[in-house]
Amino acid sequence: MSKDVKIRKGVNIKLKGIAEKLYADAATNSDVVLKPTDFPGLIPKLSVKVGAKVKAGSPIFYNKENDKVLFTSPISGEVIEINRGEKRKILEIKVKVDGANTFESFKQGDPSSMSREEVLDNMLKSGVWPFIRQRPFDIIADPMVTPKAIHVTAFDSSPLAPDFGFIAHGESLVLQAGLDALAKLTEGTVHLNITGNTNADEAFASAKNVQINKISGPHPAGNVGIQMHHIDPINKGEVVWTLNALEVLTIGRLFKDGKFDASRSIVVAGSKITTPKYVKTVMGANIKDILKGNLEDGARIISGNPLTGNQVQENGHLGFYNYQITAIPAGGEPRFFGWFPFFGFNGFSLSRTSLSFLSPNKERDLDANINGEERAFVMAGQYEQFFPMDIFPVHLVKSMIYKDIDLMENLGIYEVAPEDFALCEYACTSKIETQKIVREALDLVRKETS
Amino acid sequence: MKALEDFMQKMKPKSDGKFPIAHAVWDGTYTFLFVPGHTNKNGVHIRDSVDLKRTMIIVVLSLIPCLLFGIFNVGHQHFLALNPIDGIPYSFLDKIIFGTIKVLPLVIISYGVGLGIEFVFAAINKHPIQEGFLVSGMLIPLIVPVDIPWAMLAVAVAFAVVLGKEVFGGTGMNVLNIAMVTRAFLFFAYPTKMSGDKVWTNTSLDEGQTLVDGYSGATALGNAVEGGVDAIPSIMESIIGTIPGSVGETSIIAIGLGALLLLLTGIGSWRIMLSTFVGGFLMASVFNLVAGDNLFMQLTPLNQLVIGGFAFGAVFMATDPVTGTQTNSGQWSYGILIGILAILIRVANPAYPEGMMLAVLIGNVCAPLIDHVVIQSNIKKRLNRLKTA
Repeated sequence: MSKDVKIRKGVNIKLKGIAEKLYADAATNSDVVLKPTDFPGLIPKLSVKVGAKVKAGSPIFYNKENDKVLFTSPISGEVIEINRGEKRKILEIKVKVDGANTFESFKQGDPSSMSREEVLDNMLKSGVWPFIRQRPFDIIADPMVTPKAIHVTAFDSSPLAPDFGFIAHGESLVLQAGLDALAKLTEGTVHLNITGNTNADEAFASAKNVQINKISGPHPAGNVGIQMHHIDPINKGEVVWTLNALEVLTIGRLFKDGKFDASRSIVVAGSKITTPKYVKTVMGANIKDILKGNLEDGARIISGNPLTGNQVQENGHLGFYNYQITAIPAGGEPRFFGWFPFFGFNGFSLSRTSLSFLSPNKERDLDANINGEERAFVMAGQYEQFFPMDIFPVHLVKSMIYKDIDLMENLGIYEVAPEDFALCEYACTSKIETQKIVREALDLVRKETS
Repeated sequence: MKALEDFMQKMKPKSDGKFPIAHAVWDGTYTFLFVPGHTNKNGVHIRDSVDLKRTMIIVVLSLIPCLLFGIFNVGHQHFLALNPIDGIPYSFLDKIIFGTIKVLPLVIISYGVGLGIEFVFAAINKHPIQEGFLVSGMLIPLIVPVDIPWAMLAVAVAFAVVLGKEVFGGTGMNVLNIAMVTRAFLFFAYPTKMSGDKVWTNTSLDEGQTLVDGYSGATALGNAVEGGVDAIPSIMESIIGTIPGSVGETSIIAIGLGALLLLLTGIGSWRIMLSTFVGGFLMASVFNLVAGDNLFMQLTPLNQLVIGGFAFGAVFMATDPVTGTQTNSGQWSYGILIGILAILIRVANPAYPEGMMLAVLIGNVCAPLIDHVVIQSNIKKRLNRLKTA
């Protein structure tokens, strides 16, 4: 029985530089990078040394806690660099593209006709497993556990995010293969949560073997955690797996073609991009190749969206989970009497303390300024306006700050991920680093309860 | 502005230098003149432009109508008490000048002592000076009698800032409303200066001035408590505010303008304001039912709500986000509690004609309990879901 959910709390932040629904010419890729830091809570162990020749799908590193979970190379080439940080922590592994485009072969076929073990094994060996994340804790799913359900979000409501329907258009067979594979992995339902704000793409609407739910409303309606909460909330002791539709496409390609096809369509957007467009590239691709000639000066480049993404330098690389590169003004200038309400520098505010509330649909050019200094929590009711879950966000964050694990459990930490708090962090008067606090708390609870 | 920015950067003292207070003062001045250009490091890359300074300034702006009217009213009440010299009535300008001379020093002492203490604590703890006192510093002069001796005011402000706020951790950590703590300190430490009918109007005489016969400087509440309900000003006078009282609390219209600004910007909680008035209305109606011969109890609810400090407390004190309840549903109970208590205390207990002060303080103490009940019901809902899953 499909559900129709209306999200009331939240807001769509309209930024300048939305990408046109056109593909730019594909960039030639020079190298790709795999970053173990993309995976919270992961301790990687290397499978290769510098100089090793790899094909697309060859293992590069694996999870120390479960050596079946492999992280494989997105392209064929040679491992040229392994960068480490403090205490020899592996920061990134760089693979130079050799242009030969060779692939490791994996099992090919219809997942519905395979056994659960075969499907699981295929996904683990090929390196698509890390796409599957779990709640609680928002980490890579544990393949030893059978989840209560799997949720796939078919749209991203973050600022400047790509239109999943546009990318998945015409790929219904591939999508279906991916969904069938997921259906094998759980006894419960695979939920495909599509947007109710516009007509969903045919690829999503015609999906089978899944429960299609319609989610309408402002951001964070596209966050899979919010969707899960309204459709079938998770309780202590239960496990739910989460993905987005583009990741399901990669899984589908594994079963259709028998190889790890890490190519993906991403969007290049933001006010500091000259021509915002869609681009076909590969996971971990070099940003300089993608942005060639398209980037303006004074930009902050983000792999991901401006709320949850990571800052990268111009010679950085696309993150594992990112389907977007955003370039916004870097900011950094102090503002004379900038805090005075209504007059002078108005700035854009979701509160009604600047005159921007009179023009809610105008596209804004926001820079990376903090616009204030960090303070203790003062305002009440502010987070609640942008947090559409039946959880008290400020009380939960406070319990995270003073590390009260029992209280965190009671207040619902098993349901949340840092991305659910991103909009609250944006609007916070006290400029608190909420997502960082949530991530540290999730890691703490996971360690203490294991 | 670049020149000013460069000048400020050149003057910056070392943060671990010999005089920590120098850095605190520099930092306070710099962040007052400029919003710093720091950029986001972890988490979101874009942030809203609202910050705590802007929020506090909006509350201060909403208090300006009360301040301005209060200045006029201080002069107005003073000259009402005096016979005109040579038959010439006193002018509007006379009243404004008198009021300013009386009220401005209170504002200066309140901000001076309060901010001075905050700078010292910021220097000792090596954290930037925070904006919490911007609002309290404006509230305090508005709720004290105009003739309060300056030394007493300074002591009270120091007490409230140190023991009411800084020992708990500064802005955002205090349990009790700072302005109310100041007033409570004055009330309990110097009771003769805070109650009675002589303190609310300045009746000092200059050369050639004489007091009007039979003048009483009692406030409306003071009159009502003594049973002189006939002497209570009319509702219209109470709304306009040309009646005796503390500096800022008399004019409902001025308070209303402030409330409008707070509600339009979303800074003041409409739930708390509404529920406080509802609570007061309920309690006054209950008193009407059991009034008997007591004339005070017979006052109509509307009359009860416009006299004394009720409206001022409901709009500016109860809505303090740090000391009030922080859950939306808790705010209804919190407001009703304060409204009921304020009317109850002022009517039932002749020793405390100003019930709003104690009602807000009691409400502040009960706020964590109210929040706890709301949170517990949320927790229980989650546990029940676990059981039935």
